[in-house]
Formats: sequence, structure tokens, C-alpha cells
Amino acid sequence: MSVTIIDGDRPMSVASATAEGNNLWLSLDDLCATTGWELTPQGVCLGEVCVPIPAGREADFVRADGTQFNLAALARQLNQPAVHDDAYAVWFFGEAVNARDNAWQSLQAPEFTLPDLDGQWQSLSEYRGQKILLVSWASW
Amino acid sequence: MWQGLYEELKDKNFLIISVAFDTGGVAAVKDWIRPAMPAQLPKELLDIMGWEETLSSKAAMPTYPCLIDERHIVAERYNMVNVPTAVWINEAGRIVRPAESAGATDGFRTLDRATFQMPVEVAVAGKQARKRYIDAIRDWVDKGDASVYALSPDEVRRRVHGRTEHEALAAANFRLGQYLYQQGHRQAAQRYFAEATRLHPESWSFKRQSWELEELGKATGPEFWAAVDALGEKPYYPPVNL
Repeated sequence: MSVTIIDGDRPMSVASATAEGNNLWLSLDDLCATTGWELTPQGVCLGEVCVPIPAGREADFVRADGTQFNLAALARQLNQPAVHDDAYAVWFFGEAVNARDNAWQSLQAPEFTLPDLDGQWQSLSEYRGQKILLVSWASW
Repeated sequence: MWQGLYEELKDKNFLIISVAFDTGGVAAVKDWIRPAMPAQLPKELLDIMGWEETLSSKAAMPTYPCLIDERHIVAERYNMVNVPTAVWINEAGRIVRPAESAGATDGFRTLDRATFQMPVEVAVAGKQARKRYIDAIRDWVDKGDASVYALSPDEVRRRVHGRTEHEALAAANFRLGQYLYQQGHRQAAQRYFAEATRLHPESWSFKRQSWELEELGKATGPEFWAAVDALGEKPYYPPVNL
């Protein structure tokens, strides 16, 4: 049975993934295809960023035969919130707790892309150069 | 109701973007994105909203972007815990006022819950607060960053609190609930909405959205009023510090 992984915005169905309690194992290929992270001799890397696997805890991250990686262990290491529903086999990974704070230091308005009533997707950045009043409301 | 203000200021390089925090999507919001027609609204409702007549009386469909945020991602990214909440963004894409109540006040708490009547002095005070906020927007649109209402970067940072682990986990629970809801697993979704509300009790958006998805009308029903009463001295809409 596959697992649906939502890492960021897009839900992806991952055939190789297996949930074991609070751990989520997937093949190295699926790890890269789903999240962009790659296992390298320096640790697990996404672009320029490499996270070393903590010494003595290799077994938490990589299966003994080297074929599978534990995405949930990486999320814990990065302080990313992770929530899963086992009945429907869905895992959601949020942004690292302090990522938003770091972004706030620059005070640049966070980007978002959302649909309007007609299903046209629009991004905040399309309107750069104007003063913008961003206002929330709800039907409830 | 923002269309009147938009009409007034749109030729001054000013845009409104409205975002609906609505997991129910288009079906939930479509009947609400419509011309403001004050003539058809009861006086009680106009008192609660507190808009100047000159701004609310123009019946026109919104011509600014009205976006739908089923996942409440704008709430998460901009630290918004209620509606209506607004953020001011300058021409360079920098935040000059972080999330705050967009001119709404706690006056609604004095409503007679049977007749929806509000004491006259409360209605007047609500209108004044709304006008002060709208006038601040006008000043900013005229003067830009030189407006006293466009806050300095240090002041904006001072007003934004860092995200706690509980808040981050609450948002993750909400997102999982939203995904399950969208997939049609409504019962399962409620568990995660409830957990989001428990972890981040200050978020009225999580609370009222999950009530509404559980049962239409619950977000404005007895549970809502009980939760408002439980605030005691604490504000529902913290007063805007202009």
C-alpha cells in the first residue's frame, strides 16, 4: 500500500513508503522525487544544504541495507512538524518551526498562490509595485 | 464592503487583495462575493460592521482579486488568527503593518442576542474605530512609507511574535485535516481540526472553520458565543494600535 506524502503544497503518492509508528521509510529514489533530499556521504542534502546524520543514530535514518530512508527522522532533526493519519495513510510535513521567523526578519511579504472564484490562480508577486491591503474574511 | 474604498483609491497605485479562509472552497464563498447592498441590510447588521455610508453604499461587485484559501496558508504565513485581519504591503513587497484587525471592534459583544440590537454609543464607537482605520489607509496611500501609519521595520518586528512549536504543529494538523476533508473523509478530518484548535486556542479561524465544517451555522451558534464569553476581559479583536 502506498502512502500519500504532503511535503509543502503538493500531495504525492509514494509507492515505496512504509509507515512504522512515527517513522516513515521510503526508497532513496522516492525520497528525492518527493522531497528533493538526497543521501550523500556528507549526510542528507537539498541543494546547498547538507544535514549530517547524527553519529550513532544512523539506524534511525537509514536501513541497514542502505535502501531506505526515514523521512520522519529527518523532519524531527529539522524541527519540522509532522502529522500522520494511519487509516488513510497520509503524512503531512510542515515548515520548520523557525523557518517563518527567519523569513520574517526580512519583512518581505510571504508569497502565496491561490485561485479566485473562476479557478484562476494568482500570486501575490504578480502585484509587486503597488501598495497592497491584504485582507482576510470568511463565510463562517 | 471594501469595494467603495478600492474605487476611491485605486488610481493611486493601491490594490486590495481579499483572501477567504474557507476550506469549503468556492461553494462556501460564492454567495458572499457580491455587491454590498446596504439598503437591503438590516440596520443592526450595519451597526455591527460600522462602515461609513459613503463607502458601503456603492453597490458594485469587487473588482480587486478575491482569492480562496482552502488550506488557510495565508493565515499561517501572515500570523492571522481571525477575520477580518489585514496586512499592509508596500510597493517593494515589504510589510509595513503586520496582521491586525481590519477596523472591526469588540462592539458586537454587547449585542442583545435575541434582537441583535447594539447600544447606540457602542455602534457610534465602532463606526469611529472603523473610520480611524480607513483614514489611516488613506494617509498611507497618499504618503507611502512617510505616513505615520507605515511602521518602521523595527516596529513591525516588535509586533510580530515568533511562531511557537505548538502553533506550527497546530497548522500541520489543520492541513492534514483539510486534505482529508477535501478527499471526502470528513469524520477523520474533524479529529485533526480539533487537535489544531487545542494546540492553538487563540486561533478563531481554526475554531470557527472546524465548527462550520462540522455543522453549518455552528460557527455563529451557542458554542461561538460561549467561547466569546469565556474570553472575559480579553479582546476578541485586539484594538488596533495605529
